[in-house]
Amino acid sequence: MANEIKLTKTDRFWVFWNSQFLQASWNYERMQNVGWAFALAPALKKLYKSKEDRAAALKRHLEFFNTHPYLAAPILGVEMSLEESRANGAPVTDQTIQGVKVGMMGPLAGVGDPVFWATARPILGAFTASFALSGSWLGPILFFVVWQIIRMGFLWFTQEMGYRQGEAITNDLSGGLLQKITVGASVLGMFIMGVLVPRWTTMNFPAVVSNVKVDKDAQVDFTPLVNAANHGNVTVGKIRDVISSINGGNSVTPTKTTTLGDIFDQLTPGLMPLLLTLLCVWLLRKKVSPIVIILALFVVGILAYWAGILGA
Amino acid sequence: MSFLSIIGILIVSFLAGMEGVLDQFEFHQPILACSLIGLASGHPAEGLALGGSLQLIALGWMNIGAAVAPDAALASVAAAILVCVKNTSVSNGVALAIPLAVAGLVLTILVRTVATFLAHGADAAGKRGSFAGVYAYHFIALSLQGLRIAIPAALIMAVPTHVVTDLLAALPDIVTNGLKVGGGMIVAVGYAMVINMMATPALWPWFFLGFALASLSEITLIGMGIIGVVLALLFLQVSPEFNKTSGGSSSDDGGDPIDDILNDY
Repeated sequence: MANEIKLTKTDRFWVFWNSQFLQASWNYERMQNVGWAFALAPALKKLYKSKEDRAAALKRHLEFFNTHPYLAAPILGVEMSLEESRANGAPVTDQTIQGVKVGMMGPLAGVGDPVFWATARPILGAFTASFALSGSWLGPILFFVVWQIIRMGFLWFTQEMGYRQGEAITNDLSGGLLQKITVGASVLGMFIMGVLVPRWTTMNFPAVVSNVKVDKDAQVDFTPLVNAANHGNVTVGKIRDVISSINGGNSVTPTKTTTLGDIFDQLTPGLMPLLLTLLCVWLLRKKVSPIVIILALFVVGILAYWAGILGA
Repeated sequence: MSFLSIIGILIVSFLAGMEGVLDQFEFHQPILACSLIGLASGHPAEGLALGGSLQLIALGWMNIGAAVAPDAALASVAAAILVCVKNTSVSNGVALAIPLAVAGLVLTILVRTVATFLAHGADAAGKRGSFAGVYAYHFIALSLQGLRIAIPAALIMAVPTHVVTDLLAALPDIVTNGLKVGGGMIVAVGYAMVINMMATPALWPWFFLGFALASLSEITLIGMGIIGVVLALLFLQVSPEFNKTSGGSSSDDGGDPIDDILNDY
């Protein structure tokens, strides 16, 4: 081969850039097919010049394709190396090109969902939302910047890896590394979810369970302070007495009210949010749509508020 | 509202609509969409607060395979317009976001169906070997996804403010407070979606460990994140699943003979 066509770093950069639009024409028939052809187009344009070659290349890349949008990157890399060899005369058949695509997209989608959608984004979202809730613009800014670094870094790095290693990467990915990342991310994700459930689910149970009269000795005695105030001779000493009595654990009110919420908190803080979350997990496993659960929770919220079980 | 604000809000809506399907720059996530609409409308503080609250609810809304999640894009854009432009309270905005997320889901399904026909247009362009034709169909589909949010946003902006406030004022107390109660609970659905996606019997203990540690309010979320990363790294080192020493090197570390036999299989 006198003059081999090589894909340069610039070509690969444009494939990387286009791959960000992978899902733009996501459709129910062949899903990411047009996006896939669009992503690979800069490479195909470079490799094939005649109308027939281009039409054939577009045809084979407009077939069904669907994976996690970021995990398409290593597949794009491998396909670029395959198309490059094919354009230079190597016997790479349509079947090989299809086979690699289909063979990689399933397992890789299974890696991307837990790592990106179930761990990275929720955790980053939770951290930055807590900034936003305290009124800090660091929240949205960090969310945007950190996400783009993670995402673009991943897209470029794995695409290059796929291009350099070609088909050999398939073993690499299905073997150790990616599985390790998936498991590690899942451990982190489950742990953080455990933290978030009791911290950020709001459930108030204001229903009064008992009103117990507090013994006279266990109450704060306000009389000296009130008398002094009425006669206009409040002293620091009298205020100090009241405060130290409160600090000593005496009750400010004549009765001690225990609400349902207090009882739940004594068992363990966040017990009810935990049970609610487990119920939701169970319902999701029973194939109940999340939308139905959300709407049902609103109905439950209105009824429980009306009945006085839950408070706003 | 100034002309610039309207244009700004429409641009953010269009971006959010496109990202709702692309899932790359994440402009459809409430923390970005609501904050940006807050900035564009001149009510940044409200937008930021709404973005933070909605982000917690939408944590687990994810598109997996062909299944489409509640639509964060329409929920955050429309709720942000109601809060920042129509003076709705943040908690009402959160409650209203949910039916909007369902409406957005219907719209995205519609656009994805239309995209099926566009894909056939791309086929035809492909037959001619025309890259430009494929590009055109691709970006028509993408613009439809943008319009999916921008058009409802324009409609909501067109509704006079007093109509929205009158409607909300007409709701009985029980309903508004009840929605607030429901809003406090629905974050659990998002958590459940995340958990459901990852949970295996071996992973559940980590969830309960996190739950138990959560009551230590001295440890901030960042601290919890560090603990979580350390635990994950430790787990990967200790877990037998990842410690199958490969090939001949296993003999010289004096490993478990049964382990070595198993490795040979």
